[in-house]
Amino acid sequence: MSQAAFVDALARSVRRWCAGATGIRAAAQLSGGASQETWSFVIERPDGDIAAILRRSPPGYGSVSGRAAGLDVEAELMRLAYEAGVPSPQVLHVLTEADALGAGFVMRRVDGETIPRKILRDDEFADARPKLARQIGTILAGLHGIDSAALPPLRTISSTEEIGLLRDDYRSMGWPRPVFELALRWLSQNDPGVSKAVTLVHGDFRHGNLIIGADGVRAVLDWELAHRGDPMEDLGWICVNSWRFGEIDKPVGGLGSREDMFAGYEAAGGTVDPDRVKFWEVMGTLRWGIMCCGMMQRFRQGPDHSMERAMIGRRSSETEIDLLRLLAPRS
Amino acid sequence: MQDEPRPDELIKAVADFLRDQIAPQISGHAAFKLRVGINALDLVTRQLTLSADSDAEELASLKTLLGKDGTLVDLNSDLAERIASGAVDLSTPGVKDHLWRTTLAKLAVDQPNYASYRREMEQK
Repeated sequence: MSQAAFVDALARSVRRWCAGATGIRAAAQLSGGASQETWSFVIERPDGDIAAILRRSPPGYGSVSGRAAGLDVEAELMRLAYEAGVPSPQVLHVLTEADALGAGFVMRRVDGETIPRKILRDDEFADARPKLARQIGTILAGLHGIDSAALPPLRTISSTEEIGLLRDDYRSMGWPRPVFELALRWLSQNDPGVSKAVTLVHGDFRHGNLIIGADGVRAVLDWELAHRGDPMEDLGWICVNSWRFGEIDKPVGGLGSREDMFAGYEAAGGTVDPDRVKFWEVMGTLRWGIMCCGMMQRFRQGPDHSMERAMIGRRSSETEIDLLRLLAPRS
Repeated sequence: MQDEPRPDELIKAVADFLRDQIAPQISGHAAFKLRVGINALDLVTRQLTLSADSDAEELASLKTLLGKDGTLVDLNSDLAERIASGAVDLSTPGVKDHLWRTTLAKLAVDQPNYASYRREMEQK
């Protein structure tokens, strides 16, 4: 489909479901590979324009990975999160066959920043920063509190299964990493087993997927890796050192302390298990390291022969030093 | 024998040219890509300068630890397997120190500005 035909189809779709809409303008692709695209556009209406975002898989493309929840499920989760008071973009429309645009959804655009270095350093966010760790705790408690019965079909994944998946991913690359083996061994020996609470887990709650403004977190994005599991997984993942962007003494995304996040979580009705959080932080550190190795594989084998991919491959050693700091501190 | 200048000297000259002469002239996505490219060249320079010594140290350490001879990849695979099976762990004499030294040697090439690495080097 040419860009002009795509824009026409999007305008036709919008006129069907958006009351008063006369058309669209300023359609621009923000990101995307072959299987998934993000577009920004403006819905024109006499009562006031709406800034909108489309996420879609073009017709003929399925899910990007075996772990992906699917765009329909993502839309449903965003709707549930919005209703539960979790900062989320309002979902305006889920694509149907009549739209002829593939699978996906349209949401309201939320203004704000996602680039970690700006959020961690710019003056604009100075007032928000000290409050963000606690707010993240509050938000996570809110999304973990979403009624299980209301959830769309999601895979359930336990810590034991996750260890196995990571081990398979790592071994399939055929490159020995004694530190990763040490981490896998530690994870198996410290596997807390099935959690008493099994809830919705966002699965990728970190910088890049949070829109932040001077007033705090405005939206949680990207539910692609959502699943059912141990809620402590999300608390551990946000503490992975790779998401601190240099602010290594502030474990929660380089913003604040675990204690602040835990306090926000418990004040909002959640129960924290710090040992499980630590377990998931180790798991998350290893997971990001293996993902970096995967980038190197795709650089070498795939069509995307980019410098960025290649250089991300060289970031796996960052997770090795972080794993050693977690599991074998020198002092 | 190849003549001089050495590869690390050539690559450093190119990286310095891109950084000092070209980078100030461009902006936007191309500037971002150029920065990634310069970072890659700097990494290669560090590897060419540092890895002969660190690889030799790592190989010697692996031979002592495992009590056998072999290439770096073979011996690292062997160490990985022994850790996976539990035959070797952090309480095995020399293992923790070996893992730390080899990891720091990787970071010295890959990301010497990584905050965890800088912290460990300060505390050394």
